[in-house]
Amino acid sequence: MKKYHSLFSMFILVTFSASVLAEAEVKSYVVTQKEKKFSEEKLKIKVGDSIDFKNDDPWFHNVFSLSDVQNFDLGSYPKGQFKTVVFNKEGKLDVECAIHPQMHMVVEVTK
Amino acid sequence: MINSICKYLFLGFTLMMALSANAASKKTDPYLRPIPVPYPADNVPTAERVELGKKLFFDPRLSGSEWISCATCHNPALSWSDALPTMIGNKMAKGNRSTPTILNTAYNKMQFWDGRAGTLEEQALGPIQAPGEMHQDLDELVKRLTAIEGYRAAFDVAYPDEGISKQTIAKAIASFERSVVSTEAPFDRWRMGDQKALSESAKRGFKLFEGKANCAACHQAFNFADDGFHNIGLPMSGQEDVGRFAHRKVKVNKGAFKTPTLRDIDLTAPYMHNGAYNTLDEVVEHYNKGGVTLDNLDPNMKPLNLNDQEKKDIVAFLKSLTGKPMALVVPILPVR
Repeated sequence: MKKYHSLFSMFILVTFSASVLAEAEVKSYVVTQKEKKFSEEKLKIKVGDSIDFKNDDPWFHNVFSLSDVQNFDLGSYPKGQFKTVVFNKEGKLDVECAIHPQMHMVVEVTK
Repeated sequence: MINSICKYLFLGFTLMMALSANAASKKTDPYLRPIPVPYPADNVPTAERVELGKKLFFDPRLSGSEWISCATCHNPALSWSDALPTMIGNKMAKGNRSTPTILNTAYNKMQFWDGRAGTLEEQALGPIQAPGEMHQDLDELVKRLTAIEGYRAAFDVAYPDEGISKQTIAKAIASFERSVVSTEAPFDRWRMGDQKALSESAKRGFKLFEGKANCAACHQAFNFADDGFHNIGLPMSGQEDVGRFAHRKVKVNKGAFKTPTLRDIDLTAPYMHNGAYNTLDEVVEHYNKGGVTLDNLDPNMKPLNLNDQEKKDIVAFLKSLTGKPMALVVPILPVR
């Protein structure tokens, strides 16, 4: 009975450590929208990383991507608000604002 | 004679560029002309190119019927529009959108109400080919122009080694369109320090424009536009027009159209992409209500609770954005 108990404890410990390690590797980035520009023209991130898209302009912005790799539409939101996208596939994405099409950035997601 | 006219035009254009650059270096006011008229590196607007573009712009032989020119709808006597709610094209076909003025299109980052062209060169060939507009086959047009000696000579001077082609036709028209820019308006004189240039009502109107009425959320800076697309909840008539959504399938684009310039706004009625309103009072009332058709409405739109005086003040301000019409000499077109 003791043997099973220690094996189970070890399993929990290993699983927990792996999960902590995996979480430590995932990064969160912030990209702002200000004066009708994204704060980054290009951003290289890893699969599993996330980006908070934050509106710093006094008018509404939108964030979307129609890329084959991953598509999303965050809708429109005002100054001070942000929405998060987790990037879970490898590849290059064009990210734009539908309201102001001159706003464009590229997110490159690698393994 | 033509050479002299070209020289004067070129001098005028150069002077305008120099003055603009000078103004830009001294001032940072976003409402004043910020930079010289922008143009692409492969189409520098020389006097010869502008003059050739003007000829093409006024020539009805650019259309399939040989009866409709660009200037038929973009009429300089009507502030480069047509004073109609929606355009009329080939065989009197009625379109569902109004004719936008070409004034200050040089400053636009997207062309057409739905932004389907990124440059004036790309835009220029659209209406020429559109069945409901000028209905012309471009290969046929190249043949037609090549058969006219006067055009062969004009293209040789304007675009040496490039010849008459779809591309050079587009480049010449775009060069002319870039020369159609707004002139100094009372609002500009006020921004530069002349306190008497604007009435007290117009000054209050500008404050409301930037503040309570929230117009400046979209109508920004010198050209009073944001190169953006918005669904402003206009009254619907006829078939649904999805606007920008047809070219960029994102929900916010459904029913969204490009923010137009407000320069010379007093001269370009009827207003809105579908010509819904005849007067600026009606336009201001529309915004005061926060829109009429509320489906997929731009979130910047909301009821404004403006009183009668505030509405009048905004209209007074809008009228102060109209300058004197630019001087224009109608071109003599080559007939053979």
